[in-house]
Amino acid sequence: MLGYLARRLAMTVPTLLLVAIGVFTLVRLIPGDPVQVMLGDAADPAQIAQMRAQLGLDQPIPLQFVHWLARLLTGDFGHSITDNLAVLPLILERFQVSAVIVLVAVGLAACVAVPAGLIAAWRQNSALDLAVVGSATLLLSIPSFWLGLLLLLLFGLKLKWLPVIGYVPFSENFWQAMVFMLLPIATLTMIEIGVLTRMARAASIEVLRLEYVTHARAKGVPEWLVLGRHVLPNAFAPTWTLIGLVLGHLLGGIAVIETVFTLPGLGRLLVDSIFARDYPVVQGCLLFTAVIYVVVNLIVDLCYPLFDPRVTVA
Amino acid sequence: MRVRTNTAIGGVLMALVLGAAATAAFWTPFDPLRVNLRARLQPPSSLYWLGTDEFGRDVLSRVMAGAATSVVVALLTVTLAIGFGVMVGVVTGYLRGWTDRIIMAINDALLAFPGILLALAIMIVVGANKFGLVLALGLAYIPSVARVVRGTVLSIREKEYIEASRVIGNSELYSMLRHVLPNAVAPVAVLATSMFGWVLLAESALSFLGLGVPPPAPTWGNMLAASRPYMESAVWLGMAPGLCIALTLLGINLLGDSLRDRLDPRMAHG
Repeated sequence: MLGYLARRLAMTVPTLLLVAIGVFTLVRLIPGDPVQVMLGDAADPAQIAQMRAQLGLDQPIPLQFVHWLARLLTGDFGHSITDNLAVLPLILERFQVSAVIVLVAVGLAACVAVPAGLIAAWRQNSALDLAVVGSATLLLSIPSFWLGLLLLLLFGLKLKWLPVIGYVPFSENFWQAMVFMLLPIATLTMIEIGVLTRMARAASIEVLRLEYVTHARAKGVPEWLVLGRHVLPNAFAPTWTLIGLVLGHLLGGIAVIETVFTLPGLGRLLVDSIFARDYPVVQGCLLFTAVIYVVVNLIVDLCYPLFDPRVTVA
Repeated sequence: MRVRTNTAIGGVLMALVLGAAATAAFWTPFDPLRVNLRARLQPPSSLYWLGTDEFGRDVLSRVMAGAATSVVVALLTVTLAIGFGVMVGVVTGYLRGWTDRIIMAINDALLAFPGILLALAIMIVVGANKFGLVLALGLAYIPSVARVVRGTVLSIREKEYIEASRVIGNSELYSMLRHVLPNAVAPVAVLATSMFGWVLLAESALSFLGLGVPPPAPTWGNMLAASRPYMESAVWLGMAPGLCIALTLLGINLLGDSLRDRLDPRMAHG
């Protein structure tokens, strides 16, 4: 058990290092001189040279990387070019918005999808199964941004139940904030129900065919107990892994949802800073999202033995 | 039974999309870029079947032209990603050892970025246009292909027929091309089908954000983004591209499912 945890933890170090190298390289590949961007066209060569030295851009690339990495480890992600704010606090503030939406949506989706998938698998190829798979495939096929716009049109403009534009931070007024979060969360929940239901169903089908299920039935265990006690825990393990992937995927794709609902989240920050050519922020957002993704998958893997003790043996 | 229904519905939907895309290459009812300010925001009529947009451009023509763009981008991207991904996957999976370890470490680090984020990052470097999009999405999806292919190859290389090929003195390269590759085709075909859907969705999402093919060239994503201000007054503007994306994805998902059921019959019949 401890060995598994240690091995899994050790694996993240090279991954994170490669992620850092990747982001560093990518930002340096962007055409154009960052100093020129920062100072504008009117800057004279002396100013540019001074700025370059100040930013450490006159040093060899590997040395720049080491310095950058060292600063990252102390939490210094640099400063935004447009408004000179520190990048990390900015990211953390925006991340709260995205994190609430994504976590609540995935949690709700899992609560619906896992039982739905299990029941569909239990009566495989019945009308019920067909209905579940059909709706899941339909949900999977609707792009989140269109579904968001449709919900906004229905509940915001036609029925006027919910506000169309706006945002209140949770710290200010919890219920008010919830009202603005309702539609984005509903949109993502519906989309993710599609993905997770199909996975839960496939996993449950595999488990339902195993001998211990037949054995449990043969010895007279009631059907609900067979499903709840023997099938569900074993079918949940692969779904659990997918939940980790879905979380990361959502963080990557959150920008479209935040655009539809005009929420100040991490995705919107990334897209806005791309348009503004604010590279320190772009770099920070990319790095932050990748690190969160790695950490989420780490947590998912570390929790995995709780659902499937076999993995610790390998 | 279900496999056949899935194939039929998916096939019809995909045929419609591919048909519309192919037609748009030669003919559209109107020029998708022609501005006609006297016919702004017209609801669907016998002249403009799907109405007109805020510049009086015909929505049906734009949806068709958008289909052409999306299909071309998706096909090129899938080809790029599958081509390189298969190469990396087969080589690493078959040769193992240090090549495998180093390449897979890099591969896993790339997988640590969600695909669309990686594509977005690459778009910043290569710039927002059709070929930048193909390059960005293609590179973003290579790691997942490489992973799947490597996994398949790892199981294939333990089969007796590969050992037999080695024993009779075939070179590694020959065994790889002649025996490993053909046996990896089935899972790659399933992957390519679902990838077409992912790429189409990612392309629409990037265009929606304004980071894909730039206007005035129509894509479903940028049409949807442009429809926002007229969401209530001109509902058809958002419905047309939105439905197009959803139906295309539905078609490709259904086809993907039936393909997988056929290649992996265990899942189809209980």
